[in-house]
Amino acid sequence: MTTTTGRADAAELALAPVQAGDPPALPATQRRTPPRRRLGQVLVYVALTVFAVVFTYPFIWLVSASFKPRSEVFDNLLIPKTFTIENYLNIWQEAPIGVWLVNSVIVTALAAICVTASSALVAWGFAYFRFRGRGLLFALVIGSMMLPGAVTMIPTFLIWNGLGATGTLTPLWAQNLFGSAFYIFLLRQFFLALPRELFEAAKIDGAGNWRIFTRVALPLCKPALAVTLLFEIQAAWTDLLRPLIYLRDSATFTIPRGLKSLLDQFGFGGEWHWEVIVTASVITTVPMIILFFIGQKQFVDGIATTGSKG
Amino acid sequence: MSASSIAPVRPGRLRARRRETLSALLFISPWLVGFLIFTLWPVIYSGYLSLTDYDVINNPNFVGLDNYTAMFEDPKIALSLTNTLIFTILSVPLHIIVALALALLLLRAARATGFFRTVFFLPKMTPAVAVGVLFLLIFNGQDGLINRVLGFFGISGPYWTTDPAWVKPGLVLISLWTIGSSIVILLAALKNVPTELYESARIDGANFWQQTMRITVPMISSTIFFLAIINTIYGFQIFTEAYTAFFGSGNTTYSNDAALFYVIYLFQQGFQYLHMGYASAMAWLLFVVILIFTVVQFAISRRTVYYEGEAR
Repeated sequence: MTTTTGRADAAELALAPVQAGDPPALPATQRRTPPRRRLGQVLVYVALTVFAVVFTYPFIWLVSASFKPRSEVFDNLLIPKTFTIENYLNIWQEAPIGVWLVNSVIVTALAAICVTASSALVAWGFAYFRFRGRGLLFALVIGSMMLPGAVTMIPTFLIWNGLGATGTLTPLWAQNLFGSAFYIFLLRQFFLALPRELFEAAKIDGAGNWRIFTRVALPLCKPALAVTLLFEIQAAWTDLLRPLIYLRDSATFTIPRGLKSLLDQFGFGGEWHWEVIVTASVITTVPMIILFFIGQKQFVDGIATTGSKG
Repeated sequence: MSASSIAPVRPGRLRARRRETLSALLFISPWLVGFLIFTLWPVIYSGYLSLTDYDVINNPNFVGLDNYTAMFEDPKIALSLTNTLIFTILSVPLHIIVALALALLLLRAARATGFFRTVFFLPKMTPAVAVGVLFLLIFNGQDGLINRVLGFFGISGPYWTTDPAWVKPGLVLISLWTIGSSIVILLAALKNVPTELYESARIDGANFWQQTMRITVPMISSTIFFLAIINTIYGFQIFTEAYTAFFGSGNTTYSNDAALFYVIYLFQQGFQYLHMGYASAMAWLLFVVILIFTVVQFAISRRTVYYEGEAR
């Protein structure tokens, strides 16, 4: 933490133009902030605030619109002229939102739990054991990440179709039983960073491989498991492509697929019930916002590590 | 540890090693099975399907390279590829520049960094379907928020959602809204640039712009490169936002062609017209295009990207 702020300070210093005659390298703490630097700092905050408004306004607009009657959805007023919660009461009659939410919760929970458990197993296999062909197999894990989803999309559909699983929720999560390359990579990095002596010690104490994994490695790996869980919850909740491919019947829709069908029905269908669409959009989005506030630190740390591993 | 590899292998050790290999295989077996069923077989089968006519109902009918030659004559292939290229070429550099600018600002926010980082990241949590809906509403030519704001400054904004010339720029702009993870990644990289470099540059009289271009950008070039690769691969596969906003049943209102991206067309061919052979061939073309772009980017990076502590 201290190093972080130290660096930020130094970067602020770097921003300040060097004036002729100034003693060049005097530490900031030993003198009063020069006015030009203070001005720079004010400008930084002004710019950040402007961008913060730009980044949050679409949300606020959406939430605000969901509390307006149909005729006012597009009025772009921040505070609704006519405040109404009708939309949130009526939407349950307009569409099976409740069913869609339940379907999404089922798919998301199964997808996240399965992928975290299986990826952890596989990552541990690659991190802890030494065996011939390990390098080659791990290269395959990494290589499979480079393959565009479009290449495997059709044969994968044919597999589920052959198993009679199209039209059910199964194809949306069951593949996660087999781990996912990105999470295997992420978790393996984390396992490799743990001191190996811990596991050797457990081994000497007579612990078997399974025990070392579940009792020593997994508890130490909790932060990375949390990152995996959160990333996959987001991915599964927001997915539209797979529900479009596999689901036909409205009763099986997930919430993003349902929202898309509402847009087709009320938006493009010519009825222009935008208040329904806006309200459904809020209902689709809010769980992700809550998720972010629950796991904010994990999200930010997880994404930052992703970048540094590249 | 290291001595064991030199010592002659005794039967007991051999057994131990075999047991270790067996345990390892047990642990990685979920991935191994999944790889065979959901990656290797689909890759092989997709290659085979691309040489056939297949509609799911009747058996695949071998047609040789017909699908590939048909792609050359299909105007929608050229159209969707061009659309996708334009989107990617516009969005990737813009994405990186805006994310870097915001990350540089964040770095200077001192104690407020955390707060603003949260604000910039939050839109990333929005489901892509909802982003597509927001695009239709906020970029609406008549009543949309964007054009209202532009109107306030005396600019009459374009019809973003209907004018073919403005559909892609509009989609690029809304894609900048979900830039959060790039900002987080760049901010982490910026914090790792050694401060001594800036100090000596300052003594040499370098201004902020010079420091950014000569120190910051080169020092974080590996991260920028990583983002360029990842965002290019994502850009080529853009689907959900554009599909939500411009395609689907009953949509005859908006101009579709300007938003017909490659994966959308592939999805239509495969799952709406059930031309599974043709769609498979399309998938392989996409793979080759992405591969070429990635190889070119790596070739450029060899001369321009700096890796700390790595002899490359």
